[in-house]
Amino acid sequence: MISWPNLVSQLFNGLALGALLALISSGLTIIYGTLGVLNLAHGAMFMIGGYAGFVAYQYTGSFTVAVIAGSLFVMLLGVLMERVIIRHFYHRPHEDQLLVTFGLGICFVEVVRLIFSSQSQIVPPPALFQGITNLGFMYYPTYRLAVVGIVAIALSALFLVLYRTRLGMIVRAGIEDSVMVDSLGINVYRVFMVVFGIGAMAAGFAGIINAPVVSLTPGVGDDILVETFVVVVIGGVGSFPGAILGGLIAGEIISITSMFNPGYAYAMLFAAMTLVLVVRPHGLLGVQGRE
Amino acid sequence: MLKQRPYLIETLTAIGLIVAPFVLPHLGFAPNTVNRILVWGLFGLGFDILFGFTGLLSFGQSAFYGTGGFVAAYLLTRAGFGNVLGALIIGMIAAAATGYLVGLIALRRTGIYFAMITVAIAEVFFFVEFNPLSDFTGGENGLPGVPMPSFNLGFTTIHFTDGWSLYQFIALCYFVGVIIALRIVRSPVGAILSAVRDNPLRATAVGHNIHGYKLTAFVIAAAYAGFAGGLLGVLQAFMPPDAFTFDTSGQLVMQTAIGGRGTLFGPLVGAAVWLFLQDFLQAALDLGATWKLVLGVVFVLLVCFLRGGIVGGLADLYRLVSGKRARKDAEAEQQAADAEAARQPAPAPMLAKQVEHPAYSGPILKATGLTKRYGGLVANSDIDFSVNQGELRGIIGPNGAGKSTFFKMLTCEIPPTSGQIVFEGRDITGLRVTEVCQLGLTKSYQVNQLFTGLTVRQNLTIAALAELRGKFRLDLFRKLPGVKGLTEQVEHTLALVNLTGRADTQVAELAYGEKRRLEIGLALATSPRLLLLDEPLAGMSPRERVETVRLLKSIARGRTMIIIDHDMDSLFELVERVTVLQEGRVLLDGTPEEIRTNAAVQEAYLGGVHGEIAA
Repeated sequence: MISWPNLVSQLFNGLALGALLALISSGLTIIYGTLGVLNLAHGAMFMIGGYAGFVAYQYTGSFTVAVIAGSLFVMLLGVLMERVIIRHFYHRPHEDQLLVTFGLGICFVEVVRLIFSSQSQIVPPPALFQGITNLGFMYYPTYRLAVVGIVAIALSALFLVLYRTRLGMIVRAGIEDSVMVDSLGINVYRVFMVVFGIGAMAAGFAGIINAPVVSLTPGVGDDILVETFVVVVIGGVGSFPGAILGGLIAGEIISITSMFNPGYAYAMLFAAMTLVLVVRPHGLLGVQGRE
Repeated sequence: MLKQRPYLIETLTAIGLIVAPFVLPHLGFAPNTVNRILVWGLFGLGFDILFGFTGLLSFGQSAFYGTGGFVAAYLLTRAGFGNVLGALIIGMIAAAATGYLVGLIALRRTGIYFAMITVAIAEVFFFVEFNPLSDFTGGENGLPGVPMPSFNLGFTTIHFTDGWSLYQFIALCYFVGVIIALRIVRSPVGAILSAVRDNPLRATAVGHNIHGYKLTAFVIAAAYAGFAGGLLGVLQAFMPPDAFTFDTSGQLVMQTAIGGRGTLFGPLVGAAVWLFLQDFLQAALDLGATWKLVLGVVFVLLVCFLRGGIVGGLADLYRLVSGKRARKDAEAEQQAADAEAARQPAPAPMLAKQVEHPAYSGPILKATGLTKRYGGLVANSDIDFSVNQGELRGIIGPNGAGKSTFFKMLTCEIPPTSGQIVFEGRDITGLRVTEVCQLGLTKSYQVNQLFTGLTVRQNLTIAALAELRGKFRLDLFRKLPGVKGLTEQVEHTLALVNLTGRADTQVAELAYGEKRRLEIGLALATSPRLLLLDEPLAGMSPRERVETVRLLKSIARGRTMIIIDHDMDSLFELVERVTVLQEGRVLLDGTPEEIRTNAAVQEAYLGGVHGEIAA
């Protein structure tokens, strides 16, 4: 039944899930905001991050190495994907972009299934964060607390890159008007490649950080992708702060509803999305005029 | 492709469906596989109307497939409902009703937002089916025991059982589905759906309620999905819960893209390829689960290199082979038509829409205190403007004077910050551009806004339909030529803008001057009483200018027009009065002669240099 420790524990779960969703969604949203491409393979990027980290962990036994290797691998994959395929789709209709990224996502999932089979794989949490922590009024798994901290650091890093560097300024300008940025003499296409890499890396990083919480399967990114969409619709497409706010809202909705009945978690999430669409069609922090 | 001899496609479909059971077994298709292909094909007919024809890519069709399927299966297994066809139809209606409600939410946004929302909605349906509603849907067990259809004809009862026997029933359903889909895409609604896909902005501006039409397409797709879902249960004698999964939606999207979108038969072809490859790779090559990877790669390659899918590719090939001769013929015809047009006198101007208030005799348009602010920038400031019936008014002003903003406010494309617009004595401030166009006020755009993927004739048809049918009407089964006055109006507009010889040319292939004339033609085809023209002469060669001025003169009879242009010589020759805008305000108002000699106007354009030179 519902008790205070139970509720607080679910709030923490929601925070951890929300933080992860915020990170993945910011990756999706900055790619869309800058390139105008909605990457339906983003969930697959999340999944591949987990598996790449898993492989690195198998070889080295170090969680830190796994995180770094997983993120870098996905970033490279993102850059490769942008160079080889996505760049040819900038001037094609949105539907084609959706179709091609959707197809790529399926290919990624199936390749991973081919290599690792559908069986779930386990990455243990790092030694430092194993066990449970006594918060005074309740006990809580240490690693989940650590997830909130790690993701907060990652989001801050992303924030610093976006709001305090030259590249970030170009990216934010590109979200406003990429044609103008191009005509100002900045090579937008190189920026696009970097942004796609960073956006994919955000998903891949989240994937390996999340791996110790849930076991890894090739389909682990599918549900995440759907949740990410809801986050982005709630927060506003192309808005970094919107992705963070939307992520936390979605995380808490899923966790708190699950306390009563997990079957209604998505229904509640959807209800929240509908409410936002009715009251503020452009998302809580979205800008009018972006489609 | 769909515009050949009447009933050709229907006949070919019927023949194909009749011949299939005799041919396909030899190609290695089991009857059950063929039946599944037909169910996917039927599912895809509706989806193609939504995606291929209307341009709305939904990743959530499983929601309606599952809804229709489970409603039908529940009626037949748990509720003791005996009539299979009746249950399928009830399932279809349930799916359509669900589609209507979902569409109200999902269609609040377009593009990628729409795609994301449909994904989310479908996922909700999946979870709801599995949990809160599992008492009705059997949860992960599905609903077993769905009966086969049978029909009591009085003297005998026809039972459809397994395999090729059931095929007859499913093939009949598919055939009816094809006939209905063909009627829909050939109806006025079908024409407007392709306009919505091609250029939603212009479809709205010529007076169509595109939200209503999008919702229509969405409901049609949901209805097809619901019926197909019911058939899936009948086919398998079991309603599987995975009808609701995201994979189902994804497979439908991929099959449609593989087969060819916008062709109606693409989904069927895609399903055949999909199921054949699945069987072939799994059974013959023993590749196990790798089949999905192979299909994924095939799909990505097709999206990259063959946008029209298999059917689209075949159509292109056919055109390539048969096209050269046709093009030569067309060129000769065009030259003949041009020569003909040169000899003919200019066609009589088309009459404007009948005036609804004949008693009304004041100014046709009156704007008072019109102001538009963008943050701190004032684009238009306190403009008072009045045009009389039948007047030809010019508007000039330096770049950035706010001329286009002014036009956009008059046609209600953007709302004014303050002020009032009265058209024929009626306050239209705050109305939508669609309604204003329906009242008889429209404009041609400074930058061409055409339906570039369609032919010239289709472009004008879409505009004329708005006037003849109003902003929304569900004549799904009416044939396009059956719309009264449509052919005459389109032909007349074609003649007026001198594009008769190019009527069946794709807009993308037109020369710039021709596109410019079509732009005016689109506005004209809605028979406006007040026509605004935003730089109709922009970018034209001197010869084209002369022709266009003649065109404008001829359409001005019986109609009020306001024209913005920078070409003073042409404009002054054309109009009776000129209003000069500068920095968002009315600088002056007078006859061309007064404007030509006015010092303030020269100052505005030349920045005072004139005065210095004079001194």
